Amino acid sequence: MMEGRQLYVVETRALREARGSILVTGGVPGAKFDEVVEVVLASGEEKLGRVIEVAKEFTVIQVFGGVSEVDLTGCRVRFKGETLKLPVSNDMLGRIFNGRGDPIDGGPRIVPEDYLDINGEPINPAAREPPSEFIETGISTIDGLNSLVRGQKLPIFSGSGLPHNRVVAQIIRQASVRGGGEGFAVVFGAVGISYDDAAFFMRSLESTGGLERTVAFINTASDPTIERVITPRLALTAAEFLAWREGLQALVILADMTNYCEALRELSAMREEVPGRRGYPGYMYTDLATMYERAGRISGKRGSVTIMPVITMPDDDITHPIPDLTGYITEGQLVLSRGLERKGIYPPMDVFLSLSRMMKEGIGPGKTREDHRGVFMQLYAAYSEGNYLREISTIVGTESLTERDRVYLKFADEFERRFISQGEFERRDIETTLGIAWDILSMLPEGDLKLIPEEFIGKYHPAYGGRGRVATEAH
Amino acid sequence: MGKIWRVSGPIVIADGMRGSKIYEVVEVGEQALLGEIIGLEGERATIQVYEDTSGLRVGDEVLGSGKPLTAELGPGLIGSIYDGLQKALMTLKEGIGPFLKRGLKAKALDRNKKWHFVPRVKRGDPVKGGDIIGTVQETPLVEHRIIVPPNLRGVVEEVRGEGDYTVEERIAILEGGREIRMMHEWPVRRPRPYASRLDPSDLLVTGMRIMDYMFPMALGGKGAIPGGFGTGKTVALQQLARWAQTHVNIYIGCGERGNEMADVLKSFLELKEPRTGRPLMEKEIFIANTSNMPVVAREASVFLGITMAEYFRDMGYHVLLVADSTSRWAEAMREIGGRLEEMPGEEGFPAYLGSSLSSFYERSGRVKCLGDPERVGSVTVVGAVSPPGADFSEPVTQNTLRIVEALYALDVALANRRHFPAISWLSSYSLYADEVEEWWKENVGPEWKEMRNRALKILQEEAELQEIVRLIGPEALPEKDKLTLLIARMIREDFLMQSTYSVDTYCSPRKAHLMMKTIMAFYDKAQRLMEAGAQAKEIQGLPVVTRIARMKEIPNEVFEEEVEEIWTEMEEGLVRA
Repeated sequence: MMEGRQLYVVETRALREARGSILVTGGVPGAKFDEVVEVVLASGEEKLGRVIEVAKEFTVIQVFGGVSEVDLTGCRVRFKGETLKLPVSNDMLGRIFNGRGDPIDGGPRIVPEDYLDINGEPINPAAREPPSEFIETGISTIDGLNSLVRGQKLPIFSGSGLPHNRVVAQIIRQASVRGGGEGFAVVFGAVGISYDDAAFFMRSLESTGGLERTVAFINTASDPTIERVITPRLALTAAEFLAWREGLQALVILADMTNYCEALRELSAMREEVPGRRGYPGYMYTDLATMYERAGRISGKRGSVTIMPVITMPDDDITHPIPDLTGYITEGQLVLSRGLERKGIYPPMDVFLSLSRMMKEGIGPGKTREDHRGVFMQLYAAYSEGNYLREISTIVGTESLTERDRVYLKFADEFERRFISQGEFERRDIETTLGIAWDILSMLPEGDLKLIPEEFIGKYHPAYGGRGRVATEAH
Repeated sequence: MGKIWRVSGPIVIADGMRGSKIYEVVEVGEQALLGEIIGLEGERATIQVYEDTSGLRVGDEVLGSGKPLTAELGPGLIGSIYDGLQKALMTLKEGIGPFLKRGLKAKALDRNKKWHFVPRVKRGDPVKGGDIIGTVQETPLVEHRIIVPPNLRGVVEEVRGEGDYTVEERIAILEGGREIRMMHEWPVRRPRPYASRLDPSDLLVTGMRIMDYMFPMALGGKGAIPGGFGTGKTVALQQLARWAQTHVNIYIGCGERGNEMADVLKSFLELKEPRTGRPLMEKEIFIANTSNMPVVAREASVFLGITMAEYFRDMGYHVLLVADSTSRWAEAMREIGGRLEEMPGEEGFPAYLGSSLSSFYERSGRVKCLGDPERVGSVTVVGAVSPPGADFSEPVTQNTLRIVEALYALDVALANRRHFPAISWLSSYSLYADEVEEWWKENVGPEWKEMRNRALKILQEEAELQEIVRLIGPEALPEKDKLTLLIARMIREDFLMQSTYSVDTYCSPRKAHLMMKTIMAFYDKAQRLMEAGAQAKEIQGLPVVTRIARMKEIPNEVFEEEVEEIWTEMEEGLVRA
């Protein structure tokens, strides 16, 4: 990638120090902060790098791929006068690139329409359009309880060994906007995941015939760590091009961003920066935000960028700096639960820890259904009551519970068995999801449905003609 | 004029800067990026640059401005959206499109717009700093009072008649030729002066029951809302900025989400002010410095906000400023401190974290304003804090708690159960409860304090009873305790829980009071029934319990009449039971 568009302006052979992925040269007049460099080894091999500090007496360069084989007397550094840029064009669709942006699918280099700075430009907050278009994923726990909307950034918090890849694949396979018909694209950024995981994603995209609307950037676990710092940015730059210039609805999947954060920590340690919590740099929040904030919609533009990063929480700890900082940036999170996974429930979605902040804008009459909000709140209230009683009953047994309490216990089981649980290839539309919700809510005393407006109880409660379920079947 | 010597992220060190001042604003490089001098050593200046520094070279020029960072103050502020440096974001959007580029300038106040000025002084009047010399109806909700800048005084030699003027046109001349315009500038880091400081005494009506009724905020007070992610900090602040019964509200989005900012902006155009029915935008100022915008500008954004708040306070207005989130500003300080290789304090934050936070919060307060006519204004500050891992022992939360007088602690467990606002009744507090008691007595009812304390006591008892329930199960409790649990649940679910998306979004203090009275009356009656032999289960099954649960959906205006029905039903229903 980043073929030069201008003659090399500056070159130096005065190398002073090489360590890890850091190279220090003498002072280079005219060197720009943040510009791209090429490190030319004695063998003629070239490595890409970036200026991370300039001063009168020295220049610090971060070399992607590390400084192995660099010798301080035989190498040259060329300064290219530009920040990192990605060549973009519509032809990227259907192509696979490595983590640096070079094609690895055997095809030719793309003919660029433009070169875009991989850091993008911040969207003016006053030019943003609040996300409000409901994306139907066909998964009840997402559509019913944590609805996703276009332009949202919603990560999946998972743990090692949990089926996050299958959930993501299911979302990609099933996601559509109601009334849809608009062009959409998937941009997949694989960040330090295993070869097998990357292959799984590519296969599942292929099997749905979605490959020709996909752009993939793949940095696998065996590729250089430092490259991971740019891979997600390449994916986002490609997505922005597709969304803002081509008017497509771009969904960006970044897996696994935990590896990105590890790379960032490694880099920070190499630069001998003051470490923050657990050794991660203090600017990690800002660094992640500059990527995730690239999601959104812009008033007057057709396209959108929706971001779904996958994060494996180290030791399933949601307070670990990586999920913690991510949660402060993203508009909610979908959390997978080991407990539910052990019970054999797929998708093992922890509905208490999961949250979609943009949901309120995306649901309701005209978008999903008028009773959606009430039903969703009632489900939460009842399931949390049921869970609380479960806790108590493990100590005191079900005998010392009231009759009402036992109904709630049963509700919690049914909720998990019928609402949360669904097939990996089962696509439930929102009416089906709400229908199931009404079915299980009807187990409860009607007076307890305090969070649902009375008119909707009359309209959708199975006791009054079961409109909830029947409407679905007629649909 | 100096030259760049070194660039490291947002920090630039320049040579040849003799004569510069600390906190002087400078322009850096070909694109004239804005920066601020934060350190001087001989001829060498350390500059924090407010914009992305990519592309800067050693040897590029650095130009001093001789001025510290200032805010433009005058008509045109209301309804505006600024970034942390007070660039008008709407102007930028119209001028250059939806993406922010570096080095752009956009004046905070429109120089061409004419405002209808009505003078209040005449030739020969002596005026001094703070005097109101005229007014401009800036929006239907805000009358902008043109005040003499705090550092001026003299006799009016000339004043323009009623008419339309731009903010830069001279509207008055004082003896000696000093001119007064509708706008003036003020350094953001310097607190604006006032005549004297007063104690907070009136309730800041927020429309949120857990705040107004349980943990009241006073006009001129300062509070913090700490909470882990997803606990509803942003929603709580938005609710405050929407419904707080003040003259002007300022909303600072500091290092937070762009989509939320867009959502806030849109909702303020659509929502109406409850008393006047006018769009809320007509009393609101926004500062949007989202997390992907330059880090250094986060600090500027909070000081810019508080300066504008003080300016409206000086007109004799009650102003509410909400900042989401102060943690992001603290993190910016940490990042800069790290780049400067300062000795870090706790968790890498600079040792001056506490004093920086207080220099912001301490600018709140209720004051007697400078100048004539005599008037009282206030600035109330509520800041969100985002503690890592929802652990309140971290430095930003702890340093904030040393300064603020009210704590609204957001609880992850409540949020997970979707109890919103997830403000914990067990760990929140307000030191203003005594101060605002008079207000409740005068405006609503004499028994507020008593009811509030009783409700808090029931909730405390519930927490203790729940410990027991965990051991022996709910059935084994005595009937009296079962009733306490029922009432506590009613307080939690039917009173404290409040939806942002229904009629209940704004609850008047009167409605809140009647709701609590209803629940307490029910409690009293239920206790009597119990003495007569009724069981908790029977009481729980009474239809009136469901009616009480739904009473929050009754609009403020008709609440008093409709609640009467519940009272009647309570009388009859409970007798029958």
